[in-house]
Amino acid sequence: MAVLVIADHDNAALSDATAKTVTAAKTFGGDVDVLVAGKGAGDVAAAAAGIDGVRKVLHADGEAYEKQLAEAMEALIVPMMDGYDALFAPATTMGKNVTPRIAAKLDVMQLSDIIGIEGQDTFVRPIYAGNAIMTVKSADAKKVVTVRGTAFDAAGTGGSAAVETVDAPAGPFKAAFVSEEIVESDRPELTAAKRIVSGGRALGSAEEFERLMNPLADKLGAAVGASRAAVDAGYAPNDYQVGQTGKIVAPELYIAVGISGAIQHLAGMKDSKIIVAINKDEEAPIFQVADYGLVADLFNAVPELTDAL
Amino acid sequence: MKVLVPVKRVIDYNVKVRVKSDQTGVDLANVKMSMNPFDEISVEEAVRMKEAGTATEVVAVSIGPQQAQETIRTALAMGADRGILIKTDDDVEPLGVAKLLAKVVEEESPDLVILGKQAIDDDSNQTGQMLGALLGWPQGTFASEVKAEGGKVSVTREVDGGLQTVALEGPAIVTTDLRLNEPRYASLPNIMKAKKKPIDMKEPGDYGVDISPRLTVVKVTEPPVREAGEKVEDVATLVEKLKTAGAV
Repeated sequence: MAVLVIADHDNAALSDATAKTVTAAKTFGGDVDVLVAGKGAGDVAAAAAGIDGVRKVLHADGEAYEKQLAEAMEALIVPMMDGYDALFAPATTMGKNVTPRIAAKLDVMQLSDIIGIEGQDTFVRPIYAGNAIMTVKSADAKKVVTVRGTAFDAAGTGGSAAVETVDAPAGPFKAAFVSEEIVESDRPELTAAKRIVSGGRALGSAEEFERLMNPLADKLGAAVGASRAAVDAGYAPNDYQVGQTGKIVAPELYIAVGISGAIQHLAGMKDSKIIVAINKDEEAPIFQVADYGLVADLFNAVPELTDAL
Repeated sequence: MKVLVPVKRVIDYNVKVRVKSDQTGVDLANVKMSMNPFDEISVEEAVRMKEAGTATEVVAVSIGPQQAQETIRTALAMGADRGILIKTDDDVEPLGVAKLLAKVVEEESPDLVILGKQAIDDDSNQTGQMLGALLGWPQGTFASEVKAEGGKVSVTREVDGGLQTVALEGPAIVTTDLRLNEPRYASLPNIMKAKKKPIDMKEPGDYGVDISPRLTVVKVTEPPVREAGEKVEDVATLVEKLKTAGAV
């Protein structure tokens, strides 16, 4: 038995999601190898080799892998799967983009966003935005899985796996990277943050969102999130979005400000350890999941909270 | 340019789903069904391309029961030109859907297939990517902007941390994210007109692909319920509680 894990990284640093996926792969069982495909990502390969329980790291280097585009990743990984029983990837935008292409080529029905493993063919995953939990058995010979990061602890460090260089098909491929706008922020990344402050439509404008949420986040060393309604209204960028169609988070502290608590939002944050809700509507559904609810006008309560911390 | 838009009939976005007491699935009896919201965005994008003169024909295809015809009619009322219903009462998994769509693509030869990034029932987020692999086409997933001209498709994608733009050599696959557009409501005259637009009736058997399920549902259960906590009087009490809990 052997499992191949696709590392998620930006060529400089390995994402936390990778170590969590390694934990899921170890739970599945067998030898765990990690594939680092990138351009000049030697440091990432070294970091992956340090993850506890990894047998070896396969390092593929090439221009075509700088952004881990799906077409190149498919060409690289499909032939490698001859030697593996399962492919695990984090359910990040990289994993979601890449793995279904490989599953289709292997004629395997993928299991997306798993939160539990109950044997070598049985997996647990949320459906309907987490309003139902499905346990499902796969009849495919090989398994292709994406892993929800909040459901597994990150594997520790201290490993010393060998790094092996593998040949990577150079293409050309029919998709090419053109440009990117990655938000530069000193704040922690949303899915890895221990604390999150999240704003909703009640903030009323992008200016107010920034004016009220950012100081609170800075005071707590927290990441900033938003509801879909706030994103749709243009108050916050899309990568802030927490919920069924955005990011799934489970920090130690989640402060929901002016968020009513639609089921799609709750789907993304209800596994947080402590939930605080600040909302002036005392009937808001967010209060049904909040450990501490404050019925108040957020425009007064948020600055007051920022000052008090 | 011809655009193919697959659409799925799912439980309406606003319905609170209930898990059946025998744990075999969720209760679909007497529940309002609608077009998957991401597919509405796909239809809207295709129709806008037609209105802008970049697309010449928009074909909506659905795989599902007889009632999925209503979902196709919705797409036609929004501005799609014609429909194809592959009628089946069985659940078809994303891999099977991708295989059927690959055959439809062979017959229809579209230049672009626009799909929703995920359906809000099984939340799989697979079909578009699988179709891309089966056809050997490039993909622009989670699109927030699509520009198609001269056989090239430029797609701006919503990725972790921001936006990424890729250039695809057509024909290509696009999957839609929320911010791509705001789908229109069909007007009454357009709903009336849609009734006269043609829908081809097909069956999975017509396409000769293996769509037998690979997954068996063991059980479907309610998620663990989170208990409501307490209401606090004011900010000072809140801070005190958070300090006691060790959260700040």
